[in-house]
Amino acid sequence: MRFGAASAVLQGVDCEIPAGEIVSLIGPSGCGKTTLLRALAGLQTPTSGQIAIDPPARASRGEIAFVFQQPTLLPWRTAIENVMLALQLCDAAVSKHEARQRAEAELAAMELPTAAFARFPRELSGGMRMRVSLARAMVTQPSVLLLDEPFAALDDLSRSALGELLLRRWDERPFTAVLVTHNIAEAALLSHRVFILKAGQIGAAIVDDLPRPRNESVRTSAEFGGLYRRISAALQAGGS
Amino acid sequence: MGMWMRLSSWLPTVLLAVIVVAVWQATVWIYALPPILLPSPLAVLDAAWETRDELTRGAVVTGGAAICGFLLSITVGTAIAALMSQSRMLRLALYPYVILLQTVPIVAIAPLLVIWSGYTFRTVVLVTVIISLFPIINSVAAGLLAIPQDRLDLFRLYGASRLQTLWRLRIPTAIGHLVVGAKTSSGLAVIGAIVAEFFVGNGGANYSGLGTLMTGWQTLGRTAPLIAALCISTLIGVIMFATVELISRSLLRRWMNHD
Repeated sequence: MRFGAASAVLQGVDCEIPAGEIVSLIGPSGCGKTTLLRALAGLQTPTSGQIAIDPPARASRGEIAFVFQQPTLLPWRTAIENVMLALQLCDAAVSKHEARQRAEAELAAMELPTAAFARFPRELSGGMRMRVSLARAMVTQPSVLLLDEPFAALDDLSRSALGELLLRRWDERPFTAVLVTHNIAEAALLSHRVFILKAGQIGAAIVDDLPRPRNESVRTSAEFGGLYRRISAALQAGGS
Repeated sequence: MGMWMRLSSWLPTVLLAVIVVAVWQATVWIYALPPILLPSPLAVLDAAWETRDELTRGAVVTGGAAICGFLLSITVGTAIAALMSQSRMLRLALYPYVILLQTVPIVAIAPLLVIWSGYTFRTVVLVTVIISLFPIINSVAAGLLAIPQDRLDLFRLYGASRLQTLWRLRIPTAIGHLVVGAKTSSGLAVIGAIVAEFFVGNGGANYSGLGTLMTGWQTLGRTAPLIAALCISTLIGVIMFATVELISRSLLRRWMNHD
């Protein structure tokens, strides 16, 4: 896969992401992580190469969902209406009543307080907005979830809570997820494998074989520390 | 407390108006100005009372023309802006003419419109539309096109149709811009109606808007009712502006105050 004729953003990216795994793409700023994620979502077309999803999934049917860096909520819609939007756009047959019910269930699963369902984005905290954004992505029950540094702007507490929530949702209904992040600990905690991306090229995967769920004992184990160091060393070495 | 705060915020405005009227009254007294040059505020009030029937009829006619023209310019302006937002070709084709609409000297083309459309209420509304259309098209087009890229990506991702994107994303985003344009247009609509009535009134037709009354009273040297008519036409503009503001704070509140 290759992007851009004049100056290639990504070149020679060749990787396979096993279905039902959470994969992290980690690398320095400007290395092409977001470009790769946007290409997976169909928001950007590579100048050469191809992307294959097996079994085929289409974002327009809600089978691929994307969580942006910013919550990207529509300010004139309440939290629940923002979640309903995904269903209204993807599935013309879904009734308003059904969309509301499914959005309510998804927001509850994202542990948003019921009182916040009818609030507008400007009335929600940053963490709450991101919960709504995740709920909007998950409400269509996607088989592929693409996350573009969704927790980067959050405080440590919210970041950790949302990471745990994501893992819990994966435990309930496994999906394939690609997470773009700058955060080594986040990549180590959430992913089954980590790809290092540097200067538009992808390195070998670092496979994480630590036990799940990632409870406190796993996170404080020597093995987890070892995984962190392996990712960090690969980043410094250029992913080789 | 909130009510008192709101009232007290109007205090400087009211105070300034009182000072201006007091200075006006004092100037007329001190310099003993002839009423044809500048009547006192009290004389204007007297004249307004004496001509109340004509002024009321004039306010209804001019206000009606201004409101009709204003509502038409919102409808037509929004439709043109929506067309412009849908295609670059349409934008390129229409925008120069939209600018032309803004730069055309309305005082110069009003007589032409009278020739084509007659000494009628319709001509007044037409002039009002021409003069108040540009701010609506400009503001709404800007709103329809100024959509943050991530929101457009979201809609693209979910395979939203052009119509879905217009209805669920572009129009809600543009409502705040429409209100800004409508506030400017509300004042222009009254100006358009008055200017048109200057010409329509000259035809001797049975037309009795404030602009017609003004030209008549100017010819007769009746400055006091002329100023009264001027104040009423200003009041119509203020009421229209306040109505837009009220609607934006109540019915359209959801689409205002973003982020």
